[in-house]
Amino acid sequence: MKRFAALFAALDATGSTTAKTAALAAYFREAPPEDRLWTVALFSGRRPRRAITATRLRDWAAEAAGLPLWLVEESYPVVGDLAETLSLILPPPTRSAENRLAGWIAELRRLSTLDEEARRAGILAAWDSLGGTERFLFNKLLTGGFRVGVSQKLMTRALAQATGQDEAALTHRLMGGWTPDTTTWQALITAPDPAADLSRPYPFCLASPLDDIAALGPVSDWAAEWKWDGIRAQFVLRGGNWFLWSRGEDLVTDRFPELAQLADRLPQGTVIDGEVLAWADGAPLPFARLQPRLGRKSVPKKLLAEAPALLMAYDLLEDAGQDLRGAPLSQRRAQLARLLDGLPEDTPLRLSPQLPATDWPALAAARETARENGAEGLMLKRLASAYGIGRKRGDWWKWKVDPLTIDAVMIYAQAGHGRRATLFTDYTFAVRDGDGFTPFTKAYSGLTDAEFAEVTRWVRAHTLQRFGPVRQVPPELVFEIAFEGIQASPRHKSGIALRFPRILRWRRDKPAAEADTLGTLREILRQHG
Amino acid sequence: MEDVLSFTDAGLYCAAGDFHIDPWRPVPRALITHGHADHARPGMGAYLCTAPAAPVIRLRLGDVTLETIAYGEARQIGGARVSFHPAGHVPGSAQIRVEVAGQVWVVSGDYKVVDDGLSEPFAPVRCHTFISECTFGLPVFTWPDAATLKAQIDGWWAANAAQGRASLLGAYSLGKAQRLLTMVNRNIGPILTHGAVENTNAVLRAQGVALPPTLRVTAETDARAHPGALVIAPPSALSGPWARRFGPAETAFASGWMAIHGIRRRRGTERGFVISDHADWAGLNAAIAATGAERIYVTHGYTAVFRRWLEEQGYDARIVRTGWEGESLDTAEEAGT
Ligand SMILES: [Zn+2]
Ligand SMILES: [Zn+2]
Repeated sequence: MKRFAALFAALDATGSTTAKTAALAAYFREAPPEDRLWTVALFSGRRPRRAITATRLRDWAAEAAGLPLWLVEESYPVVGDLAETLSLILPPPTRSAENRLAGWIAELRRLSTLDEEARRAGILAAWDSLGGTERFLFNKLLTGGFRVGVSQKLMTRALAQATGQDEAALTHRLMGGWTPDTTTWQALITAPDPAADLSRPYPFCLASPLDDIAALGPVSDWAAEWKWDGIRAQFVLRGGNWFLWSRGEDLVTDRFPELAQLADRLPQGTVIDGEVLAWADGAPLPFARLQPRLGRKSVPKKLLAEAPALLMAYDLLEDAGQDLRGAPLSQRRAQLARLLDGLPEDTPLRLSPQLPATDWPALAAARETARENGAEGLMLKRLASAYGIGRKRGDWWKWKVDPLTIDAVMIYAQAGHGRRATLFTDYTFAVRDGDGFTPFTKAYSGLTDAEFAEVTRWVRAHTLQRFGPVRQVPPELVFEIAFEGIQASPRHKSGIALRFPRILRWRRDKPAAEADTLGTLREILRQHG
Repeated sequence: MEDVLSFTDAGLYCAAGDFHIDPWRPVPRALITHGHADHARPGMGAYLCTAPAAPVIRLRLGDVTLETIAYGEARQIGGARVSFHPAGHVPGSAQIRVEVAGQVWVVSGDYKVVDDGLSEPFAPVRCHTFISECTFGLPVFTWPDAATLKAQIDGWWAANAAQGRASLLGAYSLGKAQRLLTMVNRNIGPILTHGAVENTNAVLRAQGVALPPTLRVTAETDARAHPGALVIAPPSALSGPWARRFGPAETAFASGWMAIHGIRRRRGTERGFVISDHADWAGLNAAIAATGAERIYVTHGYTAVFRRWLEEQGYDARIVRTGWEGESLDTAEEAGT
């Protein structure tokens, strides 16, 4: 664990990508293979199964520290991280342990098979033999969520440096449903791998927000299509099995059983990049209708009937087992169209239509109608472009419609987490409703650090009441809230739910009496809901 | 029974002696715990502080009517008997003991219980009522020992110096700056100081505080002539144009808040050293227990939480709002603490 702690400290002590990559590469060269494998797993979001609930950990740590539970709970929002809070309140270790990262993970696994009393004893013994960063990291293993400011890309680059392998090949190797239990360092990283894991998707090609349309050149170089608001996904069909991968590299096959039909109707060796949408009566349903699928392991019949899913196909990445990514988009699209042509009407797969791109003004006008078409805007893709890895600027652009906005009044504020633990950054907003104010959304990004600091001082000076970490403030400060969509929602007091709300700017020029009303919000719902 | 001190808009007031302690509004007579700006404010008719606190207060407030008193010396002011006792916060800092008709109250000012080798070490004072700061009144705050800190700071400076980079270290100009100066291994390289730090150094040197040689950074200073230097400056200077003269440099911040990862990241500093002139959780609890007081007023810090904790420990614990500040993270408030 000392070596892993030293790696963490080195990554944490520098903001330089080069220095981070070098520290990781050195670790990948020197650490024992099982530790390397676990490090790759942790930094790519594959954490060990939770052996103990956060509640239990809190109880045991409070007990070990001789503190009442409420005091631990009051400390948590200040620190903003449970693993760190617990490692800070625990008394210093009285023993030492020489256990490696993989050894501690094995210990956690052993504990998870024991009864609660034995687990407790095991955790207390671990805490008593780990200090400082090691204890913090051990707690991170317990609580999950290993965010250490290392992107998958940075880690892959470090792996490439350490092993002398091609970065893109490594990116591909790291995808898929592996865990340190199902593979080894050698099998995952170094062994020749011609058959590959049949389930593996390709790294997603991502678009950048469009800033300057004038720089794009002739419109005839471009394909335009709707930017659908669903779940970006890859459908993989190989060797008789099908897999659906979401962009976050989650395997979501089980959540969309209706797509199983595709496996019967498409040839083996097919990989399609597209958007999963809830679809009814020839039109997409709002994203919120799809969301309940993501939270659960299996999908109830009711959901399947009310919001059936469909794959809107953007691109063809593999055809008859051939990797097509190097071919130009125009060719890939043509092959995709041929593949989809003649499928039965009821197949939950459609070709995302391309919009006629005759000139830029026409496309701009089409973009204005995106919301009516159930889309978030336009995607512009260079016809000659290959399917790249990650966000490579220049070939793929997203041209979203301007967000909807409303001027709202802050009525509650709450401290942020992590780096914003000392600032009030999470606000609840209300609209005017008669003589009073009705809350309708929360938003927590969009101001500069200096503005957050200023609002924080204001909140401290104007707190009316405290509810745990939440402070009620007088309805005085007005902010412009932007959002991407709006929906009726009986669960909310306002009767309305927003999609992607965020703070656009602080309207210092507006008093609360000039903020928008619930009537305005209902009118936006009528027009855009 | 009458309270020894009452809480007014101007500050803590002793009716028996007709004086205030660390007032935040102008009053005729002020007893001052130490020279930080939130405690020693301008505009008072007359000031009383310890002899070693006086030079810095004069530096900051100019020519004011100021009397001094020795640590432990008792003085009768009207119906009150007052004395000043070491608070261990910065050189010259004091807790103020006030006794009226057999009732003893102590105002802690800012304090820490560990000996920093520079300030007169904290001495507990028995009392009935103790008014305590609680800037770091949560159990997540535990300060590392001096040897660990020294190793961290020296290691950071030496590594930067080896790459020919300057090491910019943000620290308050009274107290923490001098503590760092006496802590680091001066053989690693030259030590440069911001004017605000150097002015305080000069005053402290003149009163006999031993500090290593330092070089004041002025408009004429050629930063490149001192490769691998340690530069000690107020935090606010490090984010501004002043710091640019040192070229590519590493920046770190020395504060108790650096104990918390998220807070350090929010400041955008990669390195933070956990060093504070305020008491940590264990220090606050030890100091309060050592007073033997039954009634505790807590101020500036996590007052609500700390009060509840003290109440559960059996104290009559209350909150009092003052104009004093804890260790600030906000660079614009550097004069404080
Ligand atoms: Zn102070
Ligand atoms: Zn203070």
